[in-house]
Amino acid sequence: MTMDATRYDDGSITYPGHPRGPGGSEPVETIDLSEYTAEVVTWTTSTATPPGVREPNTLAIVEFEVDGETVRAIGQATTDDLETGDEVRPVHVDELREPGAGIREPESQSWDGYRFEPV
Amino acid sequence: MEPVAIIGASMTQFGQREGEWIQDLLAEAGIECLEDAGVDADDVEHLYVSNMASGEFEGQTGVPNALAHDLDAMPAYTQRVDQTSSSGGAGIYAAWQSVASGASDMTLLVGGEKMTHKTTGEATDVIASLTHPAEYKHGVTLPSFAGLTARHYLERFDAPRESLAKVAVKNHKNGVDNPNAQFQKEIDVETALESPIVADPLRLYDFCPITDGSAALMLCPESVAKEYTDNYALITGIDGATDTHVVHEREDPTVMGGVVESGNGAYEMSGRGPEDIDVAELHDMFTILEFLQMEGLGFAEQGEAWKRVEAGDTERDTGDLPINTSGGLKSKGHPLGASGVAQGVEIYEQIVGEAGPRQVDADVGLCCNVGGFGNCVITTIMEAAQ
Repeated sequence: MTMDATRYDDGSITYPGHPRGPGGSEPVETIDLSEYTAEVVTWTTSTATPPGVREPNTLAIVEFEVDGETVRAIGQATTDDLETGDEVRPVHVDELREPGAGIREPESQSWDGYRFEPV
Repeated sequence: MEPVAIIGASMTQFGQREGEWIQDLLAEAGIECLEDAGVDADDVEHLYVSNMASGEFEGQTGVPNALAHDLDAMPAYTQRVDQTSSSGGAGIYAAWQSVASGASDMTLLVGGEKMTHKTTGEATDVIASLTHPAEYKHGVTLPSFAGLTARHYLERFDAPRESLAKVAVKNHKNGVDNPNAQFQKEIDVETALESPIVADPLRLYDFCPITDGSAALMLCPESVAKEYTDNYALITGIDGATDTHVVHEREDPTVMGGVVESGNGAYEMSGRGPEDIDVAELHDMFTILEFLQMEGLGFAEQGEAWKRVEAGDTERDTGDLPINTSGGLKSKGHPLGASGVAQGVEIYEQIVGEAGPRQVDADVGLCCNVGGFGNCVITTIMEAAQ
């Protein structure tokens, strides 16, 4: 399992990747963010969650530093005991929400991914 | 290019409209707007319907054509405008383009949404379906974006939590004088701060409700407007813009690039600036959005909108810049496709002096309609006819 970010030909990195990056740059490689730790930029605990989503659902925006470039990601957290500035690492989860319980077609996307766990 | 005028407006009761569906709501606002403007249905050349998700909410598609039939407006050209929460603003832009281009001499815009028959979770999921797969699979919702952004804003700019509650208090107070608002009830800061947590640090009263409703505007060239009335508004500036679809990829979480870009475009087109705006309707789907739009539109420096709210500058009866005199989405309600149109209805009524107890002294007004979490935005400036 990998948490793939995309590096572009101008050196910038995004998660998720896009067919074209900042300034029209082209993708050149993927980087597995699960090998890195990140810092919590902000977080929230949502108590009104849609069908198939755990309740409550703590989410965080985190920032990785990869070879001097910063890249942000959003994801569930393993705990609601979080503070801005905490160091976290990605932990793989087979199913982040129940496919088919919500409005989106289950086959249209993947449902596994990474939660952020305080280091 | 001949100036584009607005000569009529309408808004249904917003709230829980049990037993009434999207076609009923659109027809109600459409008929009322035709009557308000004094326009015959067969004089409507273009008919636009702003609607985000009637297919997903109700299993009903093809609503523009159904509305043309219900209004007996055939053979008017019809088109549905979906731009998520900013479908209404996008509808104003589309209607303006239809008139400004010379393609239509009479354009009716009707925005509406039917939502309350769904549970809160189901409705939240329909709205959250706009998110990127990388966001959706984590259960990210629009309210959770608001919680994430509010925490960052409060911590970074050392803003008091109470300042967000004061946005809700103000907009609820304004809604008391709007007979079509979903909530016509004042609240106090303590009530807002003690309400249940929805997306920490935001609580129930930081969020707009789920709403059924519809609103409409009638647009035409200024030369045609003069055949109907001498009291009309002109759209003097309008622009739309996008920002990253993946919200966390924005360089600064407290800057909505779509607000900045569309605002700048509308200011440039009208020859106006933030200092010229007498009244504004901002997209307060969440209280934090009122701060972000105030800053993006130049009404406050970055990180300082809360100070203007604390100072009372945005109060309807005493402030220099009344914001959300209608009650805003917070109090008036947020039927997705209708909201941007209803913002336009409020600014139109303020400009032509038909806002009743909500009336402020206004010659120039602005409305800003936000889709997604700032993913797409339309800013419109209206002025009184000279």
